[in-house]
Amino acid sequence: MVSWWKILCIACLTFALIGGFLLPVPALPILHESIRNLYYHVPMWFTMMFLMSVSLYHSIKFLSSNQIRHDLWADLSARISMVFGTLGLLTGMLWARHTWTAWWVNDTKLNGSAITMLAYLAYFVLRNSMDEPQKRARISAVYNVFAYVFMLVFIMVLPRLNDSLHPGNGGNPGFVSYDLDNTMRMVFYPAVLGFILLSWWILRLRIAMSDHKTPTE
Amino acid sequence: MKKLFQLLFMVTPTIALAQQTNSVEMADGLFASGKIYVVVASLAIVLLGLFAYLIYLDKKFSK
Repeated sequence: MVSWWKILCIACLTFALIGGFLLPVPALPILHESIRNLYYHVPMWFTMMFLMSVSLYHSIKFLSSNQIRHDLWADLSARISMVFGTLGLLTGMLWARHTWTAWWVNDTKLNGSAITMLAYLAYFVLRNSMDEPQKRARISAVYNVFAYVFMLVFIMVLPRLNDSLHPGNGGNPGFVSYDLDNTMRMVFYPAVLGFILLSWWILRLRIAMSDHKTPTE
Repeated sequence: MKKLFQLLFMVTPTIALAQQTNSVEMADGLFASGKIYVVVASLAIVLLGLFAYLIYLDKKFSK
């Protein structure tokens, strides 16, 4: 089914790829050309957070309405958020190896993002421990709310309070808002939009695939 | 006043020297030789291939 946002997704990501490599970037020491990783590494995290927000929304909707459909959405959006979180970790580690000469450093943001991933993996462990659908949905929905708050604290709050190597924290220039070069913004914003739309497309597809297998009302 | 001018004469050359030389290495070689287009082309093939797969799945599972 052709939708405007699917076409926009393809357009944004194609532009993010081509522009990401061909358009000029600021020549900064230590980073050199790897600054282009911004267009791919950061959107992974924004997309993960977007999907976690979708998951949270459906968890809360389930708790208020008891419609099992919301539980399906909560579960699948959380699962896909893990994919993007993993890609964020991998792209980040590659970037760290190149610029900080270490795959990992003992840094608040890095540790925080890893702990967030673990918190959500615990959500799946919790789900698997229960057979009865209503009980599973309710208990995991409550946990999902806590996991989301953990995510906010570990990724958004704590890094701002501590010293850090990571761009955007600890007094380092962040690659967002007033720190970002205008040409880079031109590629960065479409990249963020493109990846978020892509995750939405994948989520809807996963839901459709699940309905194909076991229809729920 | 004389001391102030002496101070300024001493400080000014230091300020002039305290500029960073703009010689951060970038991948100019890849751009000049045109190899960057090979990189972009291969990644574009990967990306469009993945999109083709996504569209195939989309057609299969959506009404």
